[in-house]
Amino acid sequence: MSVKKFMYVNRKAPYGSVYALESLEVVLIGAAFDQDVSLAFIGDGVYELTKGQNTKAIGQKNFSPTYAALGDYEVNKIYVEKESLEERGLTLDDLQHLVWEDEDEDYAEKDSIRLVSRAELADVMAEQEIILSF
Amino acid sequence: MTLLHTVNKSPFESNTFDTCLGYAKDGSTVLLIEDGVYAATTGHKVAEKIKNASTVNFAVLGPDLQARGLENKLADGIKVVDYEGFVKLVAEHDSVQSWL
Repeated sequence: MSVKKFMYVNRKAPYGSVYALESLEVVLIGAAFDQDVSLAFIGDGVYELTKGQNTKAIGQKNFSPTYAALGDYEVNKIYVEKESLEERGLTLDDLQHLVWEDEDEDYAEKDSIRLVSRAELADVMAEQEIILSF
Repeated sequence: MTLLHTVNKSPFESNTFDTCLGYAKDGSTVLLIEDGVYAATTGHKVAEKIKNASTVNFAVLGPDLQARGLENKLADGIKVVDYEGFVKLVAEHDSVQSWL
C-alpha cells in the first residue's frame, strides 16, 4: 500500500458538538495504516487543544488527554493556525504541550505543535492528497 | 418584564451572540452556556462588546467553562453560576429566550 498524505482539518470546539471527538477517533483508527498524517486546527478547532479541561460537571468524557498520545502513533505534525489563536485571545501557552519521541535521534523529545500562519497552512493543505474535514 | 437570554453557540462561529445582544434590554441577563461560554473569555473583540453592554447582566455556566479549560481566561464582570444558579436565574426572570 502506498503512503498518502492525509490531513485532518479540525474547525469545531469540543463538547458542544461531536465533531472534535469523532475526528480524534478517525485519526487514531487511521494511524494504524502508517500514512503521512497531518492535523490542522483552525477557527474554533484551536479550542480542542486547551489545557486544563475538566468535564466532570457536564457529565461528558474528557477526551483532551488523548491528544498527548498522538505522538506515540507517529502523528506528530500538528498545525495550529496563529490567526485563529489571536482572534480568540489565546497563545500557545493556553494549549497542551504536545510532544513526540524521534527514534532516529535516540528518542529525543520534540514538539508536535507547529504554529503557522493562515498562508503557511494553506500551502501545507495544498500539498495534501486526502483531506478530511471536521 | 425582564428576560433571561441563553446563548449556546460560539461567538466566533455564529452570529447568535450578536443577535442576542441586540435584543438584550436594560436589566436583562445573558447566560452563556455550552459553546457560548467562549464569549466570556478575555482578549478578543467579543469581550469588548460585553464590556460595552454595561446595562445588561452577564453570567456563564461554570461547568461548561471548566470543561473547556477556560476558567483562568474569564473576563471581569461576568458571574459564574452552577446548574442550581441557572435554575435560580430562570426563576428570577419573567421568561426565558433560548437563542439557538
